[in-house]
Amino acid sequence: MGITRRKFLGWMGAATGAATFADRRGHAASGKHFKGYPGSFGVLHDITKCIGCRKCEEACNQVNALPGPEKRFDDLSVLNDTRRTGKSEFTVVNRFYSGSDRQKKWFVKMQCNHCLEPACASACFVKALQKNKSGAVVYDASLCVGCRYCMVACPFNIPAYEYDEPLTPRVMKCTMCHPLVEKGQLPGCVEACPKEALIFGPREKLLKIAERRIQKYPNRYIDHIYGEREMGGTSWLYISPVSYNKLGMREDLGITSAQQLTAGPLSAVPIIVGLWPLLLTGIYAISRHKEKIAEEERVSAVARTASAADEELKKKLSELKQKMTKEKEDAVSREVKKALEEARKEAEEKDDGPDDESGDASPGEKPEQE
Amino acid sequence: MEHIFYTLHDFMLHTKSIVYILMGVILVCLPLFWLFLTGRDEKNNTY
Amino acid sequence: MSSDAATTKKVITPFNIVAGIIVAIGIVITILRFTEGLGAVTNLDDNNPWGIWIGFDLLCGVALAAGGYVTSAACYIFGLKRYHSAVRPAILTAFLGYALVVFALHYDVGRPWRLPYPIFYSPGTTSLLYEVGLCVFLYLSVLFIEYSPVALEWLGLKRTRNIIVRMTLVLTIFGVILSTLHQSSLGALFMIAPSKLHPLWYSTYLPVYFFVSSIFAGLSMVIFEGSLAHRFFHHKMDEMHLKESRGVVLGFGKAASFIMMGYVGIKLIGIALDNNWHYLATGWGAWFMVELIGFVALPAFLFAIASREKNTTLMKWGAAWAVLGVVLNRLNISVIAFNWHLPSAERYFPSWMEIFTSVFIVTIGVLVYRFISSHMPVFYEHPDYQHDH
Repeated sequence: MGITRRKFLGWMGAATGAATFADRRGHAASGKHFKGYPGSFGVLHDITKCIGCRKCEEACNQVNALPGPEKRFDDLSVLNDTRRTGKSEFTVVNRFYSGSDRQKKWFVKMQCNHCLEPACASACFVKALQKNKSGAVVYDASLCVGCRYCMVACPFNIPAYEYDEPLTPRVMKCTMCHPLVEKGQLPGCVEACPKEALIFGPREKLLKIAERRIQKYPNRYIDHIYGEREMGGTSWLYISPVSYNKLGMREDLGITSAQQLTAGPLSAVPIIVGLWPLLLTGIYAISRHKEKIAEEERVSAVARTASAADEELKKKLSELKQKMTKEKEDAVSREVKKALEEARKEAEEKDDGPDDESGDASPGEKPEQE
Repeated sequence: MEHIFYTLHDFMLHTKSIVYILMGVILVCLPLFWLFLTGRDEKNNTY
Repeated sequence: MSSDAATTKKVITPFNIVAGIIVAIGIVITILRFTEGLGAVTNLDDNNPWGIWIGFDLLCGVALAAGGYVTSAACYIFGLKRYHSAVRPAILTAFLGYALVVFALHYDVGRPWRLPYPIFYSPGTTSLLYEVGLCVFLYLSVLFIEYSPVALEWLGLKRTRNIIVRMTLVLTIFGVILSTLHQSSLGALFMIAPSKLHPLWYSTYLPVYFFVSSIFAGLSMVIFEGSLAHRFFHHKMDEMHLKESRGVVLGFGKAASFIMMGYVGIKLIGIALDNNWHYLATGWGAWFMVELIGFVALPAFLFAIASREKNTTLMKWGAAWAVLGVVLNRLNISVIAFNWHLPSAERYFPSWMEIFTSVFIVTIGVLVYRFISSHMPVFYEHPDYQHDH
């Protein structure tokens, strides 16, 4: 049945679609590897050196002219709770305990990690978030529509939003003090840190510093630079005395950047646009064609039936005609015989009366008298 | 292209922008080509 | 909405009173939203930037409006003319559905007047949301054009109406392309956050799942809405519509049944490919099975039984059940299984005003649908154009 074929084509199309959707490779099929902007900057955070003084938070607040906090920056009781970044807190320091009896405590500074392939930038549909060649991921409030997809996308849950602004809400996050860096200065937090827990410099150099430190003090650090490869690599790097899980940092994020994760579906989109018109028009054309053929067959079937009936009729008619003709002929010959019979009888009777000798006179024939 | 792409993001921004334009072109040109292709076919009843 | 030409209708009906109250409160919430901000009206926060305005209004709205492209594809591309009477109601629902989605979006985004930006000013082509936005914008335009003959016939604008009707096939094909793209891309949106969506719902096949489920969501909605329309708009339906409706219900339900079973299959394949079977033995696994078996496989079976028995009542129950299943799936992915890692104190639950806004938006949709169906040739063929099919 035609439907089977149409549906088959339909399923073929769906299978093609499914196959292309499943292909995660997208761009990478050509073997492209992107190394990031050469010489872009980053920050190395040495967690063993952080004392939780929160001077970095204070500096950040001042540099970015953020509203004053509820509790002062020297009030360390805020460390009793684990905080995340907020609309007025581009960076926060959290305290974590380690060891079986929670003997040791560690302080970790959290802020935007300025990823090499930022999830937020790939998610933004108006290009409001862009990775700069300086390394900073910068937000342009003049473009932002406020869809908040960047917040969904960020695996580190960094961007915050001004939910209490009715008409001009912004996404709020660390800028790596991009304007200061452009002028050759240090980011506010790095400048303010009294313990050199934060080092600013080219990312490649920071990686080397981190590696050397881990090599030199293997008992002090675990052998993992956080941010070296996570989510495709980040500009903010961390070295730690304990596993990052214990410091509120997820170790299950993988090394695939968000842009790579969505490259598959993105590459399927234009294929659909290229193939669906062919598929759908094809189904339509085949469907119409089959309708046309079915109509033609119907018409010819009707015509055939009509002419067959015609033939049948003609045959019957001629048979009838023959029969009638024969009957007529039979009737005629019967009548003729009868008439002849009667005439003969009459002639016999006439002969028997007047003339006995000319008994053999044939009827209708007058005997000649001499 | 001479321009070097340092990040996947930049690469995709560039390529996808071209692709979207191509998609628009395809969606306009294909129906036009279809009209050309079926130009001499016998007319069907349309809805 | 108030008086009909033929009969004088009462304005004060229970439905109108309730609808009026809902609209009034909705207007108040709207004012609050735009004077006090999202925070005053919603329970959204920095960890949960998307709530039910995205999860229900946008995701469910788009999925359930899929009846438009599915019905018109069945009739005009696959040539199944016996479904013709179902096309206009489906297109009307789809058009209103997408219009309401865009309307709802104006509440959710921070600066709705900038919604044209991604298309006309600064396209972020790396983003799947760009693709969703572009396709929804284009598809809403297509739907408007597909719907317009209804209004044009009502207004008596014959020539324009005829021009548009001749474009039906092109519009239908374009509509299927756009629908495939944005239905699947809405699913693909969540592929950016594997660390936030539970592994049983996160899959490379999210776009395929969303697209396939939109098909049976559309088929089921046509049946479901058809059953409601038969109750409230029976007097508007012409002979053709009434004659075909049984066939629509049985045919669509049969198709939905088959597609839903196929969907169950590819969901299981998705689990197998990521080797996620062990998650099925957890609490989340049980919830996943409730969605997949309880709200997809079971209604699919009900559809199948209804198809075999040619029982349209069972079909209608199946349809309502299937629709609930799609709603459950979209909510699971956007707000329930999303951020499953977070401690319960940080999880999201909508505020009553968020819920009410969704109810308000649906109510507006119902009111507009009622007006159009009562006055324009949706359930009947306009006498001037009856020869046209």
